[in-house]
Amino acid sequence: MPSLPDLQFIAARASLLDVAAFLDRVQRHGQQDDYRLAALREAIPLLLSDDPHRVRRILESLSDSTLEPIPAATIQGAFGAPRKQP
Amino acid sequence: MRYIEPHGHMVSRTTDDYQAMVMAGCAAVCEPAFWAGYDRKNAHGFYDYFLQLTEYEPRRAKKYHLPHYTWLCINPKESEDTKLADDVIALIPDLLSKPNVLGIGEIGLNKNSRNELLILEKHLQLAADHDQLVLVHTPHLEDKLKGTRLILDAIQNFSTLRPERVIIDHVEEHTAPLVLDRGFWAGITLYPESKATPHRAIDMLELYGHEHIWLNSACDWGHSDPLAVPRTALEMRRRGYDANFIDQILYQNPLQFLSQNPRFKV
Repeated sequence: MPSLPDLQFIAARASLLDVAAFLDRVQRHGQQDDYRLAALREAIPLLLSDDPHRVRRILESLSDSTLEPIPAATIQGAFGAPRKQP
Repeated sequence: MRYIEPHGHMVSRTTDDYQAMVMAGCAAVCEPAFWAGYDRKNAHGFYDYFLQLTEYEPRRAKKYHLPHYTWLCINPKESEDTKLADDVIALIPDLLSKPNVLGIGEIGLNKNSRNELLILEKHLQLAADHDQLVLVHTPHLEDKLKGTRLILDAIQNFSTLRPERVIIDHVEEHTAPLVLDRGFWAGITLYPESKATPHRAIDMLELYGHEHIWLNSACDWGHSDPLAVPRTALEMRRRGYDANFIDQILYQNPLQFLSQNPRFKV
């Protein structure tokens, strides 16, 4: 296996900077109360874990955890994070 | 290099894409029925679409010496209207004898609603009645994990549908183990933002094994790349995998699954 840092560190660094810039941008424009931002803030600490399945844990964190089918589909799209019921 | 594109919505691509795919080594393309980007109003629209998939598109692909196969269904985004879905499902049995039809797909769930689940079950019954291969779409983003669980449970209520004849597509790291552990095939879709990147797809091969998995671009009219599969081959080479491994994943694996329908030839 070749050196993965040699191959991919610059791309990972750029991805991390993109996340940081997104959070700065949202804050600068006063939009940090969005439910998707809250979901992102909950997921980010998973990056710092020693769990070797960080991607899986983050995907689970950003998933609808309910089990039953919804009564009806009133929209067709998805938004990347579940909107938690109050 | 040779590869099979097992999931591409070619009706929404240009002939330039056909050329590029063939030049990159594509040996066959398979096109599941899908959502057109708008809701069709009646079954006549679907009948025309099914003729496009079974008659016109294979002729267009043939100009580039590319075998074209298809799968038929009404997709889950249009399944909330159960009357429309019933009308469309009724069209399918007569079309299963078309020479490029491989099975029922891409069926599944979108928002995980009761009606979507009902129509998924009707498609599964259709596949069971006609001994068809099945290609399943799993939902997007936050809906994927729940939808995958519902889909796997629904399929396993049909005892005649053998898991090795069903592929569950668009898996990610949180759903791939669920699918593979129950004996189904898993499809990894390579998208620029949602689903999986080439790096993550290769990671999943390392984590979950490289049997019963195929990679696809699912290229359509949205943000997607018809050359995502050969691009992933390049990333595999960069990571040190040899040509035999790449051929196994990108050619032999889809060939193994798809050849369960004797119509599939490359």
